[in-house]
Amino acid sequence: MTDEILTGADQYETLFGVEEMELNFGPQHPATHGVLRLKMKIDGERIVDCYPIIGYLHRGTEKLFELHPFFQNVPHTDRMDYVAAATNNLAYVGAVEKLLGLVVPPRARYIRTILSELQRISSHLLWLATHAIDIGAMTPFFYTFRERELVLDLFEEYCGARLTLNCMRPGGQPYDLTVGWAEKSAAFVDSFPAKVDEYEGLLTENRIWKKRTIGIGMLPPEVALEYGVTGPMLRGSGIQWDIRKAMPYEAYDEVEFEVPVFTNCDTYDRYLVRMEEMRQSASIVKQCLDKLPEGPIMAKRPRVLKAPKEGEVYHSVEGPKGEIGFYIVGDGTANPYRCRVRPPSLYNIQVLPEMVRGGLIADLVAVIGTTDIVLGEVDR
Amino acid sequence: MEGIKEVIGPTLFHYALAPALKIAVLLVAVLTLIAYTTFAERKILGFLQVRTGPNRVGPWGVLQPIADVAKLLVKQDIMPTQAVRWAYVLAPCLVVGPALVIFSVIPFGPSAEVTGNMNWFITDVNVGLLFVVAMATIGVYGLILGGWASNNKFSLLGGLRSAAQMISYEVPQGFSLVVPLLMAGTMSLSGIVDAQIEQGRWFVFAFFPFGLLAFFIYFVAGVAESNRNPFDLPEAESELVAGFHTEYSGMRFALFFLGEYANMIVISAVAVTLFLGGWSRPFSSVESLSFLDLGFLPGGMGGLVWFTLKLLVFLFVYIWFRGTFPRYRFDQLMDLGWKWMIPAALIAIAGTGLFKILIR
Repeated sequence: MTDEILTGADQYETLFGVEEMELNFGPQHPATHGVLRLKMKIDGERIVDCYPIIGYLHRGTEKLFELHPFFQNVPHTDRMDYVAAATNNLAYVGAVEKLLGLVVPPRARYIRTILSELQRISSHLLWLATHAIDIGAMTPFFYTFRERELVLDLFEEYCGARLTLNCMRPGGQPYDLTVGWAEKSAAFVDSFPAKVDEYEGLLTENRIWKKRTIGIGMLPPEVALEYGVTGPMLRGSGIQWDIRKAMPYEAYDEVEFEVPVFTNCDTYDRYLVRMEEMRQSASIVKQCLDKLPEGPIMAKRPRVLKAPKEGEVYHSVEGPKGEIGFYIVGDGTANPYRCRVRPPSLYNIQVLPEMVRGGLIADLVAVIGTTDIVLGEVDR
Repeated sequence: MEGIKEVIGPTLFHYALAPALKIAVLLVAVLTLIAYTTFAERKILGFLQVRTGPNRVGPWGVLQPIADVAKLLVKQDIMPTQAVRWAYVLAPCLVVGPALVIFSVIPFGPSAEVTGNMNWFITDVNVGLLFVVAMATIGVYGLILGGWASNNKFSLLGGLRSAAQMISYEVPQGFSLVVPLLMAGTMSLSGIVDAQIEQGRWFVFAFFPFGLLAFFIYFVAGVAESNRNPFDLPEAESELVAGFHTEYSGMRFALFFLGEYANMIVISAVAVTLFLGGWSRPFSSVESLSFLDLGFLPGGMGGLVWFTLKLLVFLFVYIWFRGTFPRYRFDQLMDLGWKWMIPAALIAIAGTGLFKILIR
């Protein structure tokens, strides 16, 4: 199979009949962000063709969903995109609520919005850290981790976990906010935009950073749509598509925020999109904390959640990396009959060969960074 | 000293014992400086990056370099079975040897005419500048050879990159060295320092802005020569795993590491000598500041102090670069070399020549 896919090499004829070299990039490589393997044909440093090979982290999560009752499946979602667990939780519990017809109380909706926006901030911080270190800038890594630590502390105080949060339940929230949590997170989001300025001070107008990202990894809007790319990748290509605006869920229709869109389709614009998104997220958290209603945090629900016979539902939310969706089929039992996940990273990684073909190896790491993939989610 | 001189005779003393002693002292000093440059780098990077840096081994971690060396010495030395043995063994030596040899022509302090009894350099070659350039060039062969001999695709790419890098920075670097040569009218390094004292100005400020331009080009090319960020392309960790030294381990890896830092120090030392007045104090023509000569120190040691201070500033700038800049792409480095630095260096040479003629 792998020998035939490198068709680009056939079209590539060099003047001197030079042979291309085949290079395995990963699965053990500092820049592949996990266990991505790229099979490449290179001519010198120029990439003639590139073929991503995935599956090194396959754990059968979708099958696991079928084996457990609805409320026990939330921790499985934590382990897909392990740097953005809250949004995975949200997509899953949202799908289950849609399937069972549970109505989430307002306070729980607000808490969920706050948690997923904090999660977006922490996921984007990790993206910036690794993206910058891939391109050779070492210092932003430590700056972003300084702030990410504060977000993780907030998570820890709320639900006891820092990474695999397991912080939502079908029907509402497991815990109310602890005393003083709202003040702490308000203090964080107040100070955060200044920190984003600090990161931008190191990178945005840096000549080398611009040289390494402008015009690199071009993703035309048509191609992005064909491949089903979502999230900041799509918005960096000039398409205004954000599920928070298009199909508002939780409290997103009650807060004001902008969806940043840039039109140059390159790595630099995707960087700008994410930097602006972090500021917007901080503002959303701030608004939610101001408006936070009182009341119950859990819907009235049966002790055992049973799906209706022949119910099927698809629910998606805007995760930090793009549209994370769950398609759940119920068969009248307490377990899902089938649960299919639409992970944003899987769709975003497929467009990688289009973006790196003809580029250099140095561009490849910039492009892998800009796709912001998490292999736990790609392979599930 | 005088006693020994009488026993073994002045010839043997001047041509064998004194140089041997100086070489021994210099080697120990340079190796210690290298070790503590790595320590300073980690501490300063820690300071820049809101963390503490090494602090476990000894007070404030000051024994860390010793622990590092001990670790590297006892590590297993692995050679890939498919490696080209002679080249694999030769490569690290080619990097570290020439870098250390260059120290022999650098004046760390005044000559015997000033101090009365000893020269603060091992030798004063009348083509010292050419010697520096020639030796610095050899180091690159170590990188290319190491990348090729490892028989690893990532190493090979690293070696290729250093070849591409070499041809783009060596030319502007060579050109930029012509400027202090024109200003001083000699190729001997201590002669160049003497000329700066005589003319009462550091060459970086001479014939403004051409001295500054040449200095800038020399230093940028020097950063590229020592493979430091933002020009650390041959080893680019996130791209080529570890580039040319991917397959090296233990002491052989340590030699590459040593070579990199020795190169940093050599380039800084040459820059100090050619452009920043070498061992001379600032404002060497202003009589009222003569206390800056540190005359209370014996045997012209004040020169050494100034030289070391200037050197440390350069090393700090190197580390500062590493904390700040992303990495260039290698074709962009070649662009920079050919399209900007070579024309700029030619302008600096032409401008300096013009000044020389007009002033005469």
